[in-house]
Amino acid sequence: MKKTLLRGGRLVDPATRADDRLDLLIVDGKVAERAPNLPADESTTVLDVAGLVVCPGFVDMHVHLREPGREDEETIESGGLAAVHGGVTAMAAMPNTSPAMDTASWVEFVRTRPCAAAVHPIAAVTVGREGKVLTEMAELAAAGAVAFSDDGSPVASGHVMRMALQYASMVGRPIIAHCEDADLARGGAMHEGLASTIAGLKPSPAAAEEVMVARDVILARATGARLHIAHVSTGGSVELVRRAKADGAAVTCETCPHYLSLTDDDVRTYDTSFKVNPPLRSARDVEALREGLADGTIDAVASDHAPHSLEEKQVEFDAAPPGAIGLETTLPVVVTHLVAPGIISLSRAVEVLSVNPAAILGVPGGTLEVGAPADVAVFDAERRWKVDEPWFRSRSRNSPFIGHVLCGRVTMTLRGGEVVFSEPEHDDPGDCEARESDARARGGLPVRV
Amino acid sequence: MSWTSKHLLGLEGVTREEIVTILDTAAKFREVLDRPVKKVPTLRGVTVVNLFFEPSTRTRMSFELAEKRLSADTLSFTAATSSAKKGETLRDTARNIEAMMVDMVVIRHSAPGAPHFLADHLDASIINAGDGAHEHPTQALLDLFTMRERMGDIEGKKVTILGDVLHSRVARSNVWGLTAMGAEVTLCGPATFIPAEIERVGVAVTTDLDAAVGDADVVNILRIQQERLDGCFIPSLREYAALFGVTRERVERMRPDVVIMHPGPINRGVELAPDVADGERSVILEQVTNGVAVRMAVIYLLSRARAAERVEGAEILAEVGL
Repeated sequence: MKKTLLRGGRLVDPATRADDRLDLLIVDGKVAERAPNLPADESTTVLDVAGLVVCPGFVDMHVHLREPGREDEETIESGGLAAVHGGVTAMAAMPNTSPAMDTASWVEFVRTRPCAAAVHPIAAVTVGREGKVLTEMAELAAAGAVAFSDDGSPVASGHVMRMALQYASMVGRPIIAHCEDADLARGGAMHEGLASTIAGLKPSPAAAEEVMVARDVILARATGARLHIAHVSTGGSVELVRRAKADGAAVTCETCPHYLSLTDDDVRTYDTSFKVNPPLRSARDVEALREGLADGTIDAVASDHAPHSLEEKQVEFDAAPPGAIGLETTLPVVVTHLVAPGIISLSRAVEVLSVNPAAILGVPGGTLEVGAPADVAVFDAERRWKVDEPWFRSRSRNSPFIGHVLCGRVTMTLRGGEVVFSEPEHDDPGDCEARESDARARGGLPVRV
Repeated sequence: MSWTSKHLLGLEGVTREEIVTILDTAAKFREVLDRPVKKVPTLRGVTVVNLFFEPSTRTRMSFELAEKRLSADTLSFTAATSSAKKGETLRDTARNIEAMMVDMVVIRHSAPGAPHFLADHLDASIINAGDGAHEHPTQALLDLFTMRERMGDIEGKKVTILGDVLHSRVARSNVWGLTAMGAEVTLCGPATFIPAEIERVGVAVTTDLDAAVGDADVVNILRIQQERLDGCFIPSLREYAALFGVTRERVERMRPDVVIMHPGPINRGVELAPDVADGERSVILEQVTNGVAVRMAVIYLLSRARAAERVEGAEILAEVGL
């Protein structure tokens, strides 16, 4: 019998409405007991987490692991190291690999590769992600596909999307929609607005996303099928989802850390780390997304972790592929831009990072109730630190947050009760001297119990 | 004199004082162009590379001439296709140029931000000779120079920029330069050619040509690029000419002293009627001549700023007699 005790932490477990100073005892990989000041016998490994937040491991429902096909950018193994470095204990892998994940054997391959975090494959909606012929969804679901998506590309045909929704609901899996009307986007490199006008980059209007969100929520309502909208980035999309939910459609959605913290103005540097799809939007959109996250319209925050090689990104902005890595920075960005300013509570943050994505995908995780698998993220919610390039464990370095001072840092990750990441003692170069005074200047952070 | 930057990537953020410095310097070089020997030894030993990734005749020739008249060593490189398509990345091209110990790079590229990319990767001075729809600062500077020659002070003057503002780097650089100089700028064109939210930079926007040019001191007419016709931006050149073409009849309804400008090359009979292009209100050929003087000024000022930055700066300054 293996026993581990997390002692002295603040347990935030929204599924059981817990947000208290509680020790967590793990026995044989499962949560065995939660109580203040639990005793430890000699056979128990005690981990001191005093002053730190202990919560269910994060479930990142949108990542690109690049294997098979672009193992130079990321592998399932390196993606796993990045995941646990960011407190992520389970992630859903998008199928835009090469070849596309559209057969049971590829789903099986991705699901069973050695990885520090659980990998839940998302299979393609259509064969080759070409938007024409549905994949064998029943077989794919049986092989472990938790959802279907052609992410990276939209399902352009409304008919194909309607059929996909109906068929997927038969096999009990949601469709995850990449909402982009390619005809309206016209290959635009950034959001249409003042910043694109000044930068002279080819613009893509918010309508390119919103038209497709509108189509898909209408189809979801018409079919009764479950639809999850990936990477919502505009205020208009938030409003469409809000209305669809009010109408009773089975619609959920996610946004990404970069849409909650960066704007199209950042793109004016022509730094290709800021090139993502959908593009970074206006400050007004960022506000609307934050509101949507606070009022429950947006269910989840996912990284859309999209590794790209330096060679691919060190080119003219027009020529660079869209995408940014994010597995490792999701928590600090959410803490810095949403929790610290008081837009959402820490408990709500754990909901959108863990509880809800697990529920949407129907995968284990999202709670630390007694008996649950001990997939745990431990983080310092107050630590301010500067993101630097060598810190990342992903095989790629295309992060828009390099150089940013963020608040909140994952210090330990456990999966099935095993420590899969623990911050090295000396690994604290970014801890700012200014931390204490900054925290005071902001009136302190409503974090510690 | 107030010019300290070693790059000219755009006119956004460039101050009135800095623009005046460039224009005053250009005025001195403009005199040189009227001399029998149109050459000064100012930039002897300085190497300038003209890197043109997009076809260009007049801008490239104008830069080459400006460089030669400053006695710089120059070479020009024209690639029909973009670097990405050719196989060599812009970064590799940049590193090769670096290895050749080049002092200054003039770049024309279809990708907005390509000059910024070079500025980040090279020690050389970078001049943006047009990057996609972003900026074309030397064109705007020569436009400002020409306006100043014609009208004196630009402050308070009404300048209308007419046509395909959406795809125009000339329009953007003009907007920055003109607003810095205190002009009142109006942008006019079909609604599909007006870029999003441009009014937020402090310009007026209208689709009504007569309203836009009625009391304008200057009408700067943008070229309609034929390749925009397949994009639903305008139904036909015929309709464009009818609504926005500057004809003799329309000029007669403008101020009698209106200045008609065009960055070239002109689509005669589309955005500009031939008799107006060649008429007495047109300063189009003056713009071309002034372009050489303005580019001499820019090259000279950047070179001086770069020299001042370097360890051997003092030496070079002494050499060029400053």
